[in-house]
Amino acid sequence: MLAKIHITLKKDVLDPQGKVIANSLTDLGFGGIQSVRQGKYIEIILDGDDKNAATVKLNKMCEKLLANLVIEDYSVEIN
Amino acid sequence: MKSHVIVFPGSNCDRDVAVAIEKISGSAPEMIWHKNTSIEHSDLIIVPGGFSYGDYLRCGAIASTSPIMHVVVQKAKAGVPVIGICNGFQILIETSLLDGALIRNNSLSFICRDIHIKAENSTSIFTKNNIIAKMPIAHNEGNYFASTETLKKIKDHDQIAFRYCDEHGVVNEQANPNGSMENIAGILNDTKNVLGLMPHPERAIEINLGGDDGKHIFESVLN
Repeated sequence: MLAKIHITLKKDVLDPQGKVIANSLTDLGFGGIQSVRQGKYIEIILDGDDKNAATVKLNKMCEKLLANLVIEDYSVEIN
Repeated sequence: MKSHVIVFPGSNCDRDVAVAIEKISGSAPEMIWHKNTSIEHSDLIIVPGGFSYGDYLRCGAIASTSPIMHVVVQKAKAGVPVIGICNGFQILIETSLLDGALIRNNSLSFICRDIHIKAENSTSIFTKNNIIAKMPIAHNEGNYFASTETLKKIKDHDQIAFRYCDEHGVVNEQANPNGSMENIAGILNDTKNVLGLMPHPERAIEINLGGDDGKHIFESVLN
């Protein structure tokens, strides 16, 4: 099973990198950008095919290590 | 006085800390490799600066899961004084011994220069010498962030140890090098035996090498 994990900064946490990316895209001529938020994307390949058990395990992984819940949100998708 | 310095792959201030402690207390600390699973009696544990595990994932995140950090957390909860400096502060934050988070500097630049800090809490073992001190910072992720509730909690419990200030002790936006909330440079846990700070006191213990204001912090806890 392939798990796709997205980790993004919480809405109330300033994202200076996102801001710089937005400015740069605007400088390149891409108009209409309201804001850019950047984050991390992690792929994990897991044994087995029990999606429910995998979801529980992946949530624990995010809470214990992959995301810092003080500043980050995460989402888990399993294919 | 028995002290210990934790060493991770990528630590680079461990020897500076050892030199500082020996100079100030007269006895050299024991260096503890991160794979160790015990520390005997300790009067002070220091988690030094550097780039543990290459700052992979988040600064301090991987080191916070090292075997020795479980021991450091237990010792801290039992009341042993613990100081985390720079990456050591990031590691203590990742273990949840300290509140909040350290995010990218608002300038998006690595900053390496002298700054001034002011002790905000003269009741802790680390801040007995109520000082305005000059010492270097050297970090990319030192921008202190906390949720509104957490910030209120650490203020209500007198957990702010140091704030960035100018040379006269005035805390203002110009003196804030990295965008930290309320100019926070260092914080304490609620029982005041764990200190995390971004500036490097161990790099300021010798007049001939730029100043010795850093010794006040070590003297406060070692003497």
